[in-house]
Amino acid sequence: MVHTDHDLLTRRCRLMGRLSSLLPALLFILTCRFWPAIVDGQTYLFDAPWLPSLDLSLRFRLDGLSLLFALIITGAGTFVSLYSSSYLGGHRHCGRYFFFLHAFMLSMLGLVLADNLLLLFVFWEGTTIFSFLLIGFDHESKTARENARQSLLVTGGGGLALLLGILLLKIAGGSYIISSWPAAGEMVRQHHLYPFILLAVLLGAMTKSAQFPFHFWLPNAMSAPTPISAFLHAATMVKAGIYLLMRCHPLLGGTPAWTTALVLIGGFTAVWGAVQALGPRDLKRILAYTTIMALGILTMFLGGQTAPALTAAVTFLMVHALYKAALFLAVGSIDHSAGSRIIDSLGGLWRAMPLTAVAVGAACLSMAGFPLFFGFIGKEIMYEGALAKEMYPVFAVTAAVLANALMTAVAAIVLFGPFFGSARAPRQQIHESPWTMWLGPLVLGGVGILFGLIPEWVSRVLIEPAVRSFHPGPEEIRLVFFHGLNLPLLLSLVTLCCGATLYLLRHRACRLVATVVEKLPATFEGLYNLGLSGFMNGAGLLTGRLQNGSLHFYLAVIVSTVILGVGWPWIGKLSGIFGRWPESIDTTALALLLFVSGSVFVVVTARKRLAAIGGLGGVGAGVALIFLLFGAPDIAMTQLLVETLTVIFVSLVMLRLPAIEQARRRTVRRRCLDGGLALAGGLLLTSLLIGVGSEPLDRSLTSYFEANSYLAAHGRNIVNVILVDFRSFDTLGEIIVVVLAAWAAVTLIRKPMEP
Amino acid sequence: MNQLLILPILLPLATAILAALARDRPRAAQGIALAGAALHLAGCATLFILIVRIGVTALWLGNWPAPFGICLVADYLSVIMVLITATIHTAVTVYACRDITAEQVSSGFHSLLGILTGAICGAFLTGDLFNLYVWFEVMLMASFGLLVMGHRPCQLTGAVKYVTINLVSTLLFITAIGLIYGLTGTLNMADLHGKIALVGDDALLTAAAMLLMVAFAIKAALFPLFFWLPASYHTVPVAVSAYFAGMLSKVGIYALLRLFTLVFSSTAAITHSTLAVIAGLTMLFGVIGAATQMEVRRILSFHIISQVGYMALGIALLTPLALAGAIVYLVHHIIVKANLFLVSGLIRQGGGTLHLPRIGGFYSRHGLVTIAFFIPAFALAGFPPLSGFWAKLVIIKAALEIQHYTLAIVAALVGLLTVLSMAKIWTEVFWKPAPAVQHEQKTDVRFSPWLLAPVLVLALTTVLLGLAMEPLLQFALTAADQLLDPRDYVRAVLGGTP
Repeated sequence: MVHTDHDLLTRRCRLMGRLSSLLPALLFILTCRFWPAIVDGQTYLFDAPWLPSLDLSLRFRLDGLSLLFALIITGAGTFVSLYSSSYLGGHRHCGRYFFFLHAFMLSMLGLVLADNLLLLFVFWEGTTIFSFLLIGFDHESKTARENARQSLLVTGGGGLALLLGILLLKIAGGSYIISSWPAAGEMVRQHHLYPFILLAVLLGAMTKSAQFPFHFWLPNAMSAPTPISAFLHAATMVKAGIYLLMRCHPLLGGTPAWTTALVLIGGFTAVWGAVQALGPRDLKRILAYTTIMALGILTMFLGGQTAPALTAAVTFLMVHALYKAALFLAVGSIDHSAGSRIIDSLGGLWRAMPLTAVAVGAACLSMAGFPLFFGFIGKEIMYEGALAKEMYPVFAVTAAVLANALMTAVAAIVLFGPFFGSARAPRQQIHESPWTMWLGPLVLGGVGILFGLIPEWVSRVLIEPAVRSFHPGPEEIRLVFFHGLNLPLLLSLVTLCCGATLYLLRHRACRLVATVVEKLPATFEGLYNLGLSGFMNGAGLLTGRLQNGSLHFYLAVIVSTVILGVGWPWIGKLSGIFGRWPESIDTTALALLLFVSGSVFVVVTARKRLAAIGGLGGVGAGVALIFLLFGAPDIAMTQLLVETLTVIFVSLVMLRLPAIEQARRRTVRRRCLDGGLALAGGLLLTSLLIGVGSEPLDRSLTSYFEANSYLAAHGRNIVNVILVDFRSFDTLGEIIVVVLAAWAAVTLIRKPMEP
Repeated sequence: MNQLLILPILLPLATAILAALARDRPRAAQGIALAGAALHLAGCATLFILIVRIGVTALWLGNWPAPFGICLVADYLSVIMVLITATIHTAVTVYACRDITAEQVSSGFHSLLGILTGAICGAFLTGDLFNLYVWFEVMLMASFGLLVMGHRPCQLTGAVKYVTINLVSTLLFITAIGLIYGLTGTLNMADLHGKIALVGDDALLTAAAMLLMVAFAIKAALFPLFFWLPASYHTVPVAVSAYFAGMLSKVGIYALLRLFTLVFSSTAAITHSTLAVIAGLTMLFGVIGAATQMEVRRILSFHIISQVGYMALGIALLTPLALAGAIVYLVHHIIVKANLFLVSGLIRQGGGTLHLPRIGGFYSRHGLVTIAFFIPAFALAGFPPLSGFWAKLVIIKAALEIQHYTLAIVAALVGLLTVLSMAKIWTEVFWKPAPAVQHEQKTDVRFSPWLLAPVLVLALTTVLLGLAMEPLLQFALTAADQLLDPRDYVRAVLGGTP
């Protein structure tokens, strides 16, 4: 029965995957229909209001750059979705998987089509959340859960920085309308908020696109299913930061801060990512580090101003999307067929998996930048761009050559490791994966060769429109098959030689990198973990201190807050209030004061409960006498009654409680502190009352009540009329209070329901 | 037409009395409560529509003219608060049909909830400072009754802290009222708006305002006065905690919003700058406290504190956009927070506990609960296009616009830490496989539609609010205009005749 269930699931999953890959396929075809017009320089615009109060509109715009991204997203999406239909097998959550996958794809499409920066941000966060859900798709694994959370926090944090940047941009006079930026950049770049906007936008882009020092989440995100890694963490989502930088280029770019930051961060990320790619033995992790390298290269070239640098970025973006998606999908096939993606336990697979081997071969040669492949074209233009003078040519060229040489070596490792050499498992056990799984890599790899052969066409219909949409200018943008003998070609040769040497020394190099990475005193991932656990510890300590369960402490804090908050603005007046003694002292009042103070003293020092209650009664009686003294006999009566009843009730309850000596005694210091607080609070209130008493009283309400009590409300006693007529609504409330108090008391007296 | 203003207060009180009479027959009491809640919701919706049509309206109780009698006033802020209260009241009443035991019904659950609702609506509608105090007292006693209902030892410890600290708050409130009355000779808030400018002694006025602010800050659970909230919310039945989480501290926020615009706006700048600092600390401390908790309702309780901080920040900034942000945040927060507490009840039913290390596996087993949690949780964490994102966005934007950069950064950072907490619940309860040893683990739990319906309806509301934020934001902006320029309010109260 279980078996049939699984078969059923497998079939359902396959059907779901194949049907749902129609969505990206149709979108791809739809995008293609706009393509010729875009090449001719047209753009398409859709605009509908959404939240006009926040200047947010559903404004979508298709231009060259959006088109390029949309093609990558829908194209890769089609293959990934098709691939997943077989890869997932009979996973019980395949419905959720395809939902998340396509929801992600639509968010990503929205991101690259949005022409309103806030709208872009909405989709940006959408990609974050679906990436979170997909990284944690294998949710029963603790590592997957933790990695998902890490990526959510890192990219989510960057997202919030970006949000601040977006809002600051608006304040600095910028517009949310992205297509209006090329005209209005100067004002924003001159604004005093510019450095902060730049910082915030950079933080957003750097976290999303895994730039040093935020790169660590990307290799960990490899716990996602492999097709997801191919789609989100290689071809599309990690390029969202790059996309943002491209869009911001005309607005924020061109300043020394922009160039320096991007070139340095990108160059360093590229080299460091490429070096680290030599360390791991897991094919997916190797590829993840090469993705970091690629993202670094892209960032570095976006620092430039000239057409070659920016063309290099766009070209390499395509190169990378093609070969990296192919490689990831192929690695998934290897994992699926051979049961492992650890490079040391794989070998000789080319016989068993010839089609996958061809696809990987094409992809790796493009990655290594061999002539005839699209990667070669990308590398040539890269070196041309790196030689531009604003790019710190020495740094940029060194970084690019180093990173590319390492890439060549890694490409060789990825190609030769699993497919050549001696087979590690009997051939019969390993089969070529189903067509859904080799089709994607093969097509993507094939396009890599095709584009390498017709670079001029590619540059005319894809690269140029894309570059022009964020770098309008007269400069020529053209990729050519052969540039002639020049410095970039020389650098290409150097790169290939270095790469080959590195490949020959790979065992030593890999060991070296692995040791170095292990020996690093501090990594940023370690820092992240340290920060997180430090925050947790600190939070635990602070919360334990504050929310410590002691009511006494809570009240002390509250009273201190009152004294500080109310007393602080009032403190200047204190001397005025207390410095002014009355000319004559009323002896009756003085006697009452002494009586009440004495009673308080009894309450505070009493060792027996009954004595304390008696003292309390004394205080109440004293207050009642004060009312009497000021001519309010009815209030004094009420007060006396209440006091008497309170004393009786409280005594009855207290008789049943243990003696006061048994209760925990407080230390002298605590008692002094409490006493000080009580005194300060009392003084504060007294001074406030004296202050108010010395102000003239507005008697308009009283005179109205006096005038209308009898005539309009037909009552002789003003207090009663106020209670039952003028303010009878208050009385309604107070009656409810009394009833509720009785009710609560009954509940409390009743026996408990359960322990 | 202005007679309608009394409905939101009287309807639940009448329901409470009927439910009290029928409390020995729990099903009848439930029926009465359900009918009463539905009627209340309908009444509040009618009032809402009416006020949107005709503007600020006052009702002079007993036909005594203001400022001599007590009057009820409904402006945009009041009616939206009343409407949201009725919504939560209805949702909780439906949920309570399965969550609250017959024994708890017969010890008066529905009556207490009705009285609490009436009191909250009273606080939202009253135009009189002392009357506000009375409703605060009624709220305190009714919520105390709900807290001790069931009478477990842990409930009592929580309830004692709750009631003691809140009594301090009411004490400070009444003292402040005394001072303010002494200075101005009036209790009517519209009247106070004019009279407060005539007070000669600024220092005294500031002191009275600060006293009032501390009293409300205790109610709103602002830093460092929030102790009662995390001490008590996790001890009560789920339906009660959801209602408390949604409404109680928000009444404090409402009072701050009302008094510190209508009465103390121009005279006391120091109060607002203090409030801004307090708001920042509140936001921070709330998430810090939540980070350490391992029990679902405790985590959620601390998040209430942090989010109340956002609203307080909106009040402190005192620009139209900031106030609108505070109002949007209020609406969003009440729905989302009440819903999360309701979901916690489902989690407890399915997992037998709310202690994170001991539950898991909901992602695979309970798809509907997963959705019902995911939407409010990530709305709370502020992900677009859910309602929480817009609320956060508006407040941060308002802070940046008047150069409060630090507070804006704090607000953003707190958003990130909220994500951390929500991701914690998500990974532990939903993604993590169910621990092997589970006490009371039921293998196939079927959730009653009485429990699921309110949860899903509130989740849907969150999504719809997020997608159609414009009407709410427009409404909030108008409400903020009414608060900042209370001429309409004053005219409606003092200008008209009974």
